[in-house]
Amino acid sequence: MTQQQAVLFLQCPILRGLAQMIRTSREWRAVSVARFFLGERDTCSSCGGRDTLEKKRLGNTGKLYSYSIVFRSFPGIDVPYISAIVDLDGGGTVKGNLIGIDPDPANLAFDMPVDVIFDDALGRKDKEGNSYISYFFKPAA
Amino acid sequence: MSDVYVVGVDMIKFGRFPDKTVPQLGAQAALMALDDAGLQIQDMQALYCGNLGQASGMVGQRVLQEIGQTGMAVVNCANACATGATAFREAWMSIKAGVFDCVLAVGVEQMGKGLLGGAGGATGIPKEGLLGSGTMPAVFAEAGMEHARNHGTTFEQFAKVSVKNHHHSTMNPKAMYQIETPLETVMNAEMISYPNTKLMCSVNVDGSAAAVLVSEKKAKELGLQRAVKVRASVLTSDPYSDRDLVMPDVNSVTRMAAKQAYEMAGISPDDLDLVELHDCFATAEILHYENLGLCGDGEAGRMIDEGQTSIGGKIPVNVSGGLLSKGHPLGATGIANIYELCTHLRGEAGARQVENARFGMAHVIGLGSACGIHILEKVA
Repeated sequence: MTQQQAVLFLQCPILRGLAQMIRTSREWRAVSVARFFLGERDTCSSCGGRDTLEKKRLGNTGKLYSYSIVFRSFPGIDVPYISAIVDLDGGGTVKGNLIGIDPDPANLAFDMPVDVIFDDALGRKDKEGNSYISYFFKPAA
Repeated sequence: MSDVYVVGVDMIKFGRFPDKTVPQLGAQAALMALDDAGLQIQDMQALYCGNLGQASGMVGQRVLQEIGQTGMAVVNCANACATGATAFREAWMSIKAGVFDCVLAVGVEQMGKGLLGGAGGATGIPKEGLLGSGTMPAVFAEAGMEHARNHGTTFEQFAKVSVKNHHHSTMNPKAMYQIETPLETVMNAEMISYPNTKLMCSVNVDGSAAAVLVSEKKAKELGLQRAVKVRASVLTSDPYSDRDLVMPDVNSVTRMAAKQAYEMAGISPDDLDLVELHDCFATAEILHYENLGLCGDGEAGRMIDEGQTSIGGKIPVNVSGGLLSKGHPLGATGIANIYELCTHLRGEAGARQVENARFGMAHVIGLGSACGIHILEKVA
């Protein structure tokens, strides 16, 4: 059995980072702003440009942008957990579980620094019995 | 281009009807709307039918198989929670284009109980609870917490939305619930996804609503006494914004639609007398006060605190009870909103009547995303 990636944009544990595409938008909006997309793509959905995409490695640290604490989910999913939206240092936004902290709003502050860590995907296996590796956030060390 | 009028509109009382089929529910509302207009199915030139759960099931044709197979054009629409508004707008556009003079729009949905949201792909492993949450209560909680982040909005302020909308629905016999829910009850209800408790989540119900839309020429023929004029019809999709693909941005898509709608109608938010907006979760309603220009950015919390959006307030929002208490049958919701506006503009809303209502706005969001906005005006 091999260990699979939970999402296609994940590159780990060797690279210990998240890969993504970045594009600098120039034509349509007449601005020079970085646009971040997770995963492979050919076209920028901000300006429609097809020729200036490049790969960039995402940062392994970030800040908590928004969250919800999930107390009821689909059958078989353990609760509670923190569904976190994290703005990564250096650009890009990723959603994931924030772990290593009691799921209580009193413990959570907007912009609190978090680290991106990689670990087994909560023991979940696919039909073929493959295990998976995933990313998680935890409060910055 | 002809102006477009609603001359017949109605909805069934929202509830749970497991013994009915989707076409039967749709047919019920269609007949009610035809009766309201004093017209027959033979008078209709086309049917625009909104339904999500059986989007590949030719629901519009099956509605006509219940009430009259005239051979008219049928278009079936699916656009998440903007499905009903999209069907209504397609009907509006067919008259604007001069193709038809008299058409029917139907929205219908039959729903199970339980959480809505992406259950994950067929391959690999489930992502829910691994990569955060894709459940709707959590997604809209995260959107609400973004507002809390930017403006200090509190759990209590979000909860007040639910208190208000449940109160409104006590005056709406067609709402799923007619129950007062005091603030403590809302805040102490089961927490689903913080800060949305169970009473801050819309109710999954079965429902249907329908409207008869006609050209100006046809409206004059029929008499304009109870006609309602469509002053704006707008549909947008999510424009690019930085976090949209990770955290659906329901704000930009709404702001874009609202701007176009006010321009099309030639009015400002101050001219509105009532608004039915997409309170799929209590957190969402707060965002849309600002997105629709009912108040300035950062003022939504104060707006709910001061009761400005309650019936009798500065701009009553969701006097029907909203999706939170009237219920949210996805494909029917957009047309049920139109029904609510027309009922007030016609002065027929009974205990919840907004006095002297002239302009009403209906807003829906289909996550993924679509925003539909209609502005209606009283004629007579």
